[in-house]
Amino acid sequence: METLLAKDIEKSVKHGQKISGAEAVILSLLCEGVETVFGYPGGAIMPIYDALFQYQEELQHILVRHEQGAIHAAQGFARVSGKVGVCMATSGPGATNLITGIADAKIDSTPLVCITGQVASHLLGTDAFQETDVIGISMPVTKWNYQVTCVEEIAEVIAKAFYIAHSGRPGPVLIDITKDAQFAEAEFKYKKCESIRSYHPVPKINHDHIKQAIDLIHQAERPYMLIGQGITLSGAEKEVKAFVEKSGIPVASTLLGLSAFPPDHDLYVGYLGMHGNYGPNVLTNKCDLLIAAGMRFDDRVTGNLQTYARQAKVLHIEIDPAEIDKNVKTNVAINADAKEALALLTEKVNKRSFPDWLAEFRKCNKLETEKVINRHIYPDQGELKMGEVIHLISEKTKGEAIVVTDVGQHQMATSRYYKFRSNKSNVTSGGLGTMGFALPAAFGAKIGAPEREVIAIIGDGGFQMTLQELGSIFQYKVPVKIVVLNNNFLGMVRQWQQLFFEKRYSSTEMVNPNFTTIVSGYDIPAKKVANREEIGQAIDDMLAHQGPYFMEVMVEKEENVFPMVPSGACVTEIRLE
Amino acid sequence: MENKNPDQLVDKKTTLNGTPVAEDHQEKMFIISVLTENKSGLLNGVTIVFTRRKVNIESINVSITEVEGVSRYTILVRCTREVVEKVVKQIRKLVEVLGAFVYEQEEIHYQELALYKVQTKHIMNGNKVEDLVRNNGARILVIEENYIVIEKTGHMHETHAMFEKLKPFGVLEFVRSGRIAISKSKRETTTFLKEVEEASKIKINK
Repeated sequence: METLLAKDIEKSVKHGQKISGAEAVILSLLCEGVETVFGYPGGAIMPIYDALFQYQEELQHILVRHEQGAIHAAQGFARVSGKVGVCMATSGPGATNLITGIADAKIDSTPLVCITGQVASHLLGTDAFQETDVIGISMPVTKWNYQVTCVEEIAEVIAKAFYIAHSGRPGPVLIDITKDAQFAEAEFKYKKCESIRSYHPVPKINHDHIKQAIDLIHQAERPYMLIGQGITLSGAEKEVKAFVEKSGIPVASTLLGLSAFPPDHDLYVGYLGMHGNYGPNVLTNKCDLLIAAGMRFDDRVTGNLQTYARQAKVLHIEIDPAEIDKNVKTNVAINADAKEALALLTEKVNKRSFPDWLAEFRKCNKLETEKVINRHIYPDQGELKMGEVIHLISEKTKGEAIVVTDVGQHQMATSRYYKFRSNKSNVTSGGLGTMGFALPAAFGAKIGAPEREVIAIIGDGGFQMTLQELGSIFQYKVPVKIVVLNNNFLGMVRQWQQLFFEKRYSSTEMVNPNFTTIVSGYDIPAKKVANREEIGQAIDDMLAHQGPYFMEVMVEKEENVFPMVPSGACVTEIRLE
Repeated sequence: MENKNPDQLVDKKTTLNGTPVAEDHQEKMFIISVLTENKSGLLNGVTIVFTRRKVNIESINVSITEVEGVSRYTILVRCTREVVEKVVKQIRKLVEVLGAFVYEQEEIHYQELALYKVQTKHIMNGNKVEDLVRNNGARILVIEENYIVIEKTGHMHETHAMFEKLKPFGVLEFVRSGRIAISKSKRETTTFLKEVEEASKIKINK
């Protein structure tokens, strides 16, 4: 695929020559360096699709099977590539089908530009065919949105959209373009957006706060660091490692922070949250300084805020000022990009180590390994467990694959047992918990990082929410590996029903179709595995296959994910069984 | 670090300058003043921030300012200090918002305007209504054959007191404007906008 430079694109349009708004959309995307868009055509966006026809060489369009597939694919693409994901849909139902993904991208800070077609401007507000107020609907879930009704605005608005989507704390932007603006003609001139007066993505670092932070760190005897996706988003993986190694501070990761820090590192103590590791949860209430970087103290991490880290001083490094003091009150806050702040802190921090404190984490880890981990990853009898399947996949890929998960027990098993050894490798729906995310996000991820192995891990419930995207994988021969961990249950909900609703399994048991038959219909090799003897070879076969591949693994029907901090409980009330 | 019962440590948190954070759970009136680019649709974005947290807007006023293209929203809410601070941070995140500030009543000069419609016969027969107008700093805006419109500016309790006094005469219609306010701060809008413009150009030093 040919990559065009913005100036070449502009040159290709003769001075004074007018082009359609639809073509201006395509050229604007090319000026932003976009090579792939995910989308689905329809009436109100037809002029743009028509313009796309003549730029097929320059701009690849992936036709999905449902607009939700387009947006999740764009999310997967963005998460692994660090670029802005782009998707397109028509007005009305096309646009509303994007909403779940937009909300998902907003809460998980994923940079997206969504372009929707809209009815002609003279029809706005008249309940015209396929008209919906997508600006109104998407306003609470976008970082910014805008309706273009005149052709002259197109280039400027798209430039602004890309700038807003990727700068500061990233997020989704929606641009709604009326059909008449797509048809109308104007001269084309593209200028990348570099600043917007009312928008301040990069906070100015306050060096007093850096100094106060260093004082706090130097006073601490049991400091403990939590990292989140902010590390990945700011590209601060090296900086966080340097900071931790010099300061000697143990570090744990949130769900979305996974893959930002090497899991085998001496100072890495594990994964945080409701189904996180034992030590990282309980020792939160024993540390004397809690350093949080690029994370937002989600309730799945903190449990009951009234009992969360009350004994500790809190230092929060965060780019979004609205996250500071939102859930946990800070003693010192550094409102900054994580990369910049961590580099400054590393420069000034004393070299120390905390062997006794670290030993407490090791002790907890030993207990968890005996009571939980070994039972989940090395069971010798009974049905297959999710943990052992993930552990094997992790071993066989050496932790180097991009792993895309859906939502539920398999997701928690993956975050616990896949050892992410490569950055930007963990793609999952964190904040919104969107079932149906993984299949489309995985093929988007593969397109965003074609040289990497991409494995989707999905439950039997979530798989059936966006199963139609097998069609996209089939059409474009996207070589993703799809693993469905099938327990014929909506497992996580069933687990809660067992623990908190007296085993009243209300509408959680699933009578599933023959998945391998369905997948075979898409000409994707499909294998079903149900016992321990076969699983290792089956994973080898899957990884050796060049091209898309499907593996269904029958797992224990009523397995529970542990440890578990019950919803709203204190982090020390974590249950090991 | 002392090991105390976590429950006793609830108020131990301090702010940057070391003063204890007051866990202010008392609801009171706050004025939120927001400077924005003059863009259509932004009102929706601003009100969504309140809706999400189920904070009721007591009154809202949008107007032009001394700077062309810049609007000012004056929003009156009743909530706790903690909630208002969080709401304002969310408002600041809206792309077209230039700045947002929270004030308590003492920090601003504020005013409201009320209009009252009463039947014309009440000023024709006797001078009770006329006295009310004189003694309450109100004025008669228009006199029509059937009705008069009285205008009064003042704080909410004043305009409301006037309404109570007019009630016996039969108030045909009563309307009160949203609160508008000017802060006691010496900051000029143009100076603030210059700072805002500078801040928008900061790039990450990587």
